Amino acid sequence: MSQAQSNTVVLSVSSSPHVRSSESTARIMWSVFVCLIPSGIVSWNVFGISAAAIMLTAVGTAALTEALFCRLQSRPLTVGDGSACLTGLLLAYNLPAQAPLWLAALGAAVAIIFGKAVFGGLGGNIFNPALVGRVFLMASFPSLMTRWPAPPMFGLDAVTAPTPLAILKDSVQQTQIITAAEIIPYTLWDLFLGRRGGCIGEASVAALLAGAAVLLWRGSISWHIPASFIGTVAVVSWCFGGQGLFTGNWPVHVLAGGLTLGAFFMATDYVTAPLTKKGKCIFGVGCGLITAIIRLWGGYPEGVSYAILLMNAAVPLIDRYVVPRRFGGGGR
Amino acid sequence: MGNKTFVGGWHVWSHKELTRDAAIVAAPLPPRVVIPLAQHAGIVCRPLVKAGDTVLTGQKIGDAEGLITAPVHASISGKVTVVGDALHPVLGSAPAVTIESDGADRQDPAITPAGDPRGLSRNELVSRIRAAGIVGLGGAAFPTHVKLSPQKPVDVLIINGVECEPYLTCDYRLLVERPDEILDGIGLLQRAVGVEKVYIGIEDDKPLAIRTFQKRVSALKLPFSVVPVEVKYPQGAEKQLIKALVDREVPPGKLPFDVGVVVSNAGTALAAAEAVFQGKPLYERTVTVTGTTVREPKNIRVRLGTSFAELIAWCGGTTAPAGKIVMGGPMMGLAQFSDAVPVVKGTSGILVLSTAELVLPPEQPCIRCARCVDACPMQLLPYAMSLCAQMKQAERARVYNPSDCIECGVCTYVCPSKRRILEHIRLLKVGAK
Ligand code: SF4
Ligand code: SF4
Repeated sequence: MSQAQSNTVVLSVSSSPHVRSSESTARIMWSVFVCLIPSGIVSWNVFGISAAAIMLTAVGTAALTEALFCRLQSRPLTVGDGSACLTGLLLAYNLPAQAPLWLAALGAAVAIIFGKAVFGGLGGNIFNPALVGRVFLMASFPSLMTRWPAPPMFGLDAVTAPTPLAILKDSVQQTQIITAAEIIPYTLWDLFLGRRGGCIGEASVAALLAGAAVLLWRGSISWHIPASFIGTVAVVSWCFGGQGLFTGNWPVHVLAGGLTLGAFFMATDYVTAPLTKKGKCIFGVGCGLITAIIRLWGGYPEGVSYAILLMNAAVPLIDRYVVPRRFGGGGR
Repeated sequence: MGNKTFVGGWHVWSHKELTRDAAIVAAPLPPRVVIPLAQHAGIVCRPLVKAGDTVLTGQKIGDAEGLITAPVHASISGKVTVVGDALHPVLGSAPAVTIESDGADRQDPAITPAGDPRGLSRNELVSRIRAAGIVGLGGAAFPTHVKLSPQKPVDVLIINGVECEPYLTCDYRLLVERPDEILDGIGLLQRAVGVEKVYIGIEDDKPLAIRTFQKRVSALKLPFSVVPVEVKYPQGAEKQLIKALVDREVPPGKLPFDVGVVVSNAGTALAAAEAVFQGKPLYERTVTVTGTTVREPKNIRVRLGTSFAELIAWCGGTTAPAGKIVMGGPMMGLAQFSDAVPVVKGTSGILVLSTAELVLPPEQPCIRCARCVDACPMQLLPYAMSLCAQMKQAERARVYNPSDCIECGVCTYVCPSKRRILEHIRLLKVGAK
C-alpha cells in the first residue's frame, strides 16, 4: 500500500461549526423587497405613473445616501445588502401617490441618515428608518402628506379624497348613527383589492398579504407580531369603535389604512423588534393598542406609524426582561 | 411530524447521502499505528510497554489508577518502536505508543469468550467493561464504566442512536447491520446500571433503523422502547435527547444522573457486548470517512491508531486539495492541523472539506433576526453573548449564562450575518474562569 504522505498544504483550523446555512442578510432583505413588489404594481395601476416615479425616486435616493454615508463613515459599502433599498421602498409606500418627487427624495435621505447612519448603520438603529423618514415628513409638510388622491378608476377628479379611516372617524365623532356602507364610498371588497384613496403601499391588502404569505412561508418573518398587532386592533376597534360597546366596525379598521403594511412589513423589521417570541407578542399587542387609541381617540385618523415607533422605543426594555426560560430551570 | 423532540434546534443540511448506504468495510491492516495513551476524558494512562517490546492485538499497553480513566490496547500485533509524545487529534500532542505491524495480527490469547454473562454480577459486568477500555464512542469519550456506576439513583437508560451530526452515518450503519449485538449490549448496560426502563432514540430520517429495531425488539420480546425522534440538530445532544424522550431537564451544571438517567451511545453498547461476550477490548471502531471531494466515501472498521491520511487514501483520496480535515462532524468536530493524526476512540468521522467548501465569510453586524435565539437548544440568547464578547464585556455577559452553552454551534450555523457566535461564547467561557 502506498504510504499516504502527509499534506504539505496548510489546513485551515478554524473552530466549529465548519458549515453554514445559505441564508444571508442580503438574501433576507432582498426577499422582503421582492415580496413588496406586487403591492407596488397594484399601486401603479391604481394611482398611475406618479406612484411608480415616487417609488423609484425613494429607492434610488436611499441607495445613494447609504453609499455616501458608508464612504463618509468609512464603513464597507453595504448597498448590496438591500436594506437601504428596502427602507426607500417602504418610505415610498408611506407617501400619498401625488406627493412631489422631491418630498420622496428628502424623506428617503432623512430615513437613511437619521434613521440608520447616525446609529452606525444596519443593526444599530432603534427606530424603523422608513418610519423616521415618514414622521419627519408628516411634521414638516403636513399638507403635502395628507392630500390623498382619489383613485382615478373611480372617475372622480377630486384632488383630496378622504381616506376610509378619516371618513369613519368623522362619522363616529359626529355621533351619527349610520352604517359603514352608507358613509364609506368604498366597499370592504374595494379595500381588500386596492380600490381606495390612501398611501401608495396601502392600496391593496390582497397584494400585501400575498407578499407576506411568501415571507411567512420562507421563515423570513414569524406570525407573532402581525397576528398580535392586527388582532389587538380588531378587538379594540370592535369593542370601542362604535356608538356602544361591541359595535365597532372592525373589518374596516383591519383592512383600511396602513395596518397590513405596518404589521407585516414594518413592525416585523428585525432590527427594531424584540427577539423572543413572547417579546414579539407583547410588542404586537402594544402596537395594536396604540394604533387603536390613536385611531379612535387621537388627533389623527391613522396611528400605525406612531404606534410602531413608540413600541420601537420599548424594545430594549422588552428584550431585557422578556427572556426565554433557562433550560433546566434555575434562576437567571 | 409529531415525533418527540426538544425546544429549539434547526434542520441542518445533512449530506448523509454520501455514505448512508455504504456498508461497513474493514480497513486493511495498517503498517503502523500510533496509539495515544489519552483517548478518553480523565487520567492519562501510563505505558505498560517499552520500545523494542513485542505486542499482540488486544494486549493492554496502557492503564492508570483512578476512577475516571480507561486502559488502552494494542490494535495490531508487532513491535513497539517509540513510546513518547506524538500528534493527537484532540490534544495536539500527547504520549503515545507506536507499533510497527508484523502483518500477522496475532491476537492476545487472553481474549476469550466469557461464557454465559448472565451469571455475572453487576460489579463483574462493570469491571469487564472497564478492562476492555470502553468509552463513549459518540465523541466525548467518557469512560463507560463510570457512567454505569452513577452516584445517584437512576431509573432510565437512554440509548442514543440519533447521530444528528451532518455527514456521519457510522452509527446508522451499525444500527442496521448489527442490531442484535447492539440489543445484547443494551441488555448488558441495562443490567449493569440496574434499571427497568430503556429507551432507544433514533431520528426519524432513519426509518430503516427504526423498523429494524422495532422488529427485533418485539421478536426477541425485549423490554425496550424504540422511540423515533424528530430529525433536528442537535437532537443527539445528551440534554436534548433526555428532554425529548423522558421530558426531564438536566439542570445547569448537572449531569444526566442528577435526573435519574444514564445515556449511552448505540455504538458503545455494541462495544460493551463485544467486550463482555467475546472478551474483546476496544481496539477498533467504525469511522465515517466522507466529504464531497472524497472519491469513495466509506464507513470503515478501523484499528485505532491508523492515521487519517491512510484512511483518506484508502477512500481513493480527494478530487480537490483538502482545505480542512475535521475529526467528527461539521457542527462540533475538531479541525486538524495535520492529516497524520491517528484515529482514537472518540473519532466518529473524518470529514474532508475542500478549499472551495471552506466557509470563512466576513462577519457582519447582528441584524437581530432572532434565528440564533429560536435555534438555541439551551434557550440562551447567543446574539447577546456574542455582542458582549465583541465589546469585551465578559462581566456583563454573565447574566446570559454562557456556561450553559453546549457548543452545538447551531447559532453560528443559522446566523445570516455570518457571525462567529460560538467563537465569541468560547472566549467568554475562557474569560469567566
Ligand atoms: S452553541 Fe451554545 S449558544 Fe449556540 S446554539 Fe448551541 S448551546 Fe446555544
Ligand atoms: S442569528 Fe445572527 S443576526 Fe440573527 S440575531 Fe443571532 S447573531 Fe444576530
